[in-house]
Amino acid sequence: MSSLIETYAPYTGFDVIQQLKELAEPLKGLRVVHVNSTKEGGGVAEILHRMIPLMNDLGIDTTWEVLEGNPDFYQCTKMFHNGMQGDQVQISDKLLEVYEETNRQNADRLRDTLRDADVVFIHDPQPAAFLKHIDDRKGKWIWRCHIDASKPNRQVWKYLREHVKNYDASVFSLAAFAQPLPHPIYLIPPSIDPLTEKNIELGEQEIKLVLEQFNIDPERHLLVQVSRFDRFKDPVGVIEAYRRARRFIPGLQLVLAGGGASDDPEGQIVLEEVRASAMGESDIHVLELPSDAHRTINALQRAATIIIQKSLKEGFGLTVTEGMWKEKPVIGGNTGGIRLQVVNHHTGFLVNSPGGAAMRIRYMLKNQGKLVEMGVKAKEFVRENFLITRHLREYMTLMLSLVHGSKHRIDLNKNK
Amino acid sequence: MNAKVKTDPAQSKGGNDPFMVRDCALIALATGKRARTMKELRDFLENIAPESIYYHFWGSLLRPRFEDPEYHNDFAAWCAHNLNDEISAERLAVVDPSQFESMEDLRSELIEIIDERIDELDVLPATSRDKQFEFISSDIVVFATNHVINEPSELKEVIPGLSRGSIFYHFIDGRRRNPESIDDFRSWLLKYDDSYQDTIMGIAEIDPYFTSLTELRENLSGVFSKPMQEAV
Repeated sequence: MSSLIETYAPYTGFDVIQQLKELAEPLKGLRVVHVNSTKEGGGVAEILHRMIPLMNDLGIDTTWEVLEGNPDFYQCTKMFHNGMQGDQVQISDKLLEVYEETNRQNADRLRDTLRDADVVFIHDPQPAAFLKHIDDRKGKWIWRCHIDASKPNRQVWKYLREHVKNYDASVFSLAAFAQPLPHPIYLIPPSIDPLTEKNIELGEQEIKLVLEQFNIDPERHLLVQVSRFDRFKDPVGVIEAYRRARRFIPGLQLVLAGGGASDDPEGQIVLEEVRASAMGESDIHVLELPSDAHRTINALQRAATIIIQKSLKEGFGLTVTEGMWKEKPVIGGNTGGIRLQVVNHHTGFLVNSPGGAAMRIRYMLKNQGKLVEMGVKAKEFVRENFLITRHLREYMTLMLSLVHGSKHRIDLNKNK
Repeated sequence: MNAKVKTDPAQSKGGNDPFMVRDCALIALATGKRARTMKELRDFLENIAPESIYYHFWGSLLRPRFEDPEYHNDFAAWCAHNLNDEISAERLAVVDPSQFESMEDLRSELIEIIDERIDELDVLPATSRDKQFEFISSDIVVFATNHVINEPSELKEVIPGLSRGSIFYHFIDGRRRNPESIDDFRSWLLKYDDSYQDTIMGIAEIDPYFTSLTELRENLSGVFSKPMQEAV
């Protein structure tokens, strides 16, 4: 019977799977814990849902713990998130006290697991303060930052830095996001999983039914942006770009689909702003989807003519990766990890304004051959670089590097 | 399916050690060093860790990039695309790292090229913060595989199933490890006296630049699939 990791071979090639098995050999038996703040919604949770079983399948004893907090805690950490992305935020002492107390309580609850683990991955700012509460820790602790921290609010970073500086290492998605810290800073972009409901192949009938459900015409061009209702994703800017393009392409349709995340208290406010901006136009579909609507999102992405991700700030932009995996060209904001994925004239276009996005929409719809060609290239680019198998390899390499003292060249054969 | 070739190493013709296929995985690290001008690039190059220079020459083979790169090292690409100085880009692009005995020699050559260009310019080119050169370093983890090659004739079976990491380790990284600055395949075949000269020539003709590891694997497979002269 095939192991879980072998089910990826049709997408990656057998050589990739064999390499992962060999790399995992020296890590077998290690106890690894991942900690984040939500099981549902957002790219981090999606990755962990797949990463944990894969690491276990390779013989690495891996568990996933979730921090629990109240609305004040999430309000505070949302402000951290916005502040790390450069927003001017003022966080009250009261909220910071809630943050620290929540971390203390959760660290106490998970003390035994965390203390005994060989490697602990702490994801994002929410559980960052765990470290100081586990003073008898045995293993290596890694702070994994998924946020675009290239120009953080200095006050927010100053506060968080005090919590993360004592980790053994940190991980950022891109070099541009990395902040100075007194430990090794690894660079690991995130990934998508080709076998999840959000990315598996779907039949035409299923896609058609989803379009019917939302009154979307399958015969007309469709732009799709999938992301949380968050101002940094610029959904209102997307509507403006759509309106400008529609002057030249009257049948154009737009979907703005957002899944909720339990750790994002601002989503509802932004959603109302987006609905007000759409003003009931029948060809603009603002869809609030539950966090588990993966097949629906998959169908919408597959039905799209062009994927839009016009973010003003973006950690990495996994919805871009998802769209590219479905052979769609992408018009993306010229920011963060979108730059790593969208290559002008090859996989789509980077834009800096609603006007720029509108111009590229018109260009692509006038050049259908180019549109198809870019989609094919986009899928191959993801296959080579952004599938979860690459992500898994880099996490294992990071663990080996840390366990062996972060030397530049680690030859495991010499240890035999 | 990967071919597994395991026989008694003592049976190797010519008494050579078997070729132990290894694999490697590279992980990138931020150095925190960022250059926005040609002068800053030069100044950081003076002291940056050798692993960073290595990464900016060869790391692109193991990280996301698109199709045929116009420039095969990051320094040249940055000068062209972000400083808009094609002259320095061209001079940096022709530097072949395998021709230098050490990373320090390579470092000196890069600094010399940039210094020469700085002397020629009245105004030093600069770029914006979001296009600055990010000096990146890397850790490389080398590990064993199940493949052991006893005879050169076995290479044609084994190579197509190797990972990109194995190709990197033996075909690219080997140039840094071997005294002759050549890849591991040639280094091994040379121990068979003159018996495999055609194959060695074929490998030497594979240009490691302007390509991907997948293509390099195909190129190597092509060379090893041709009839090989047996060792006597």
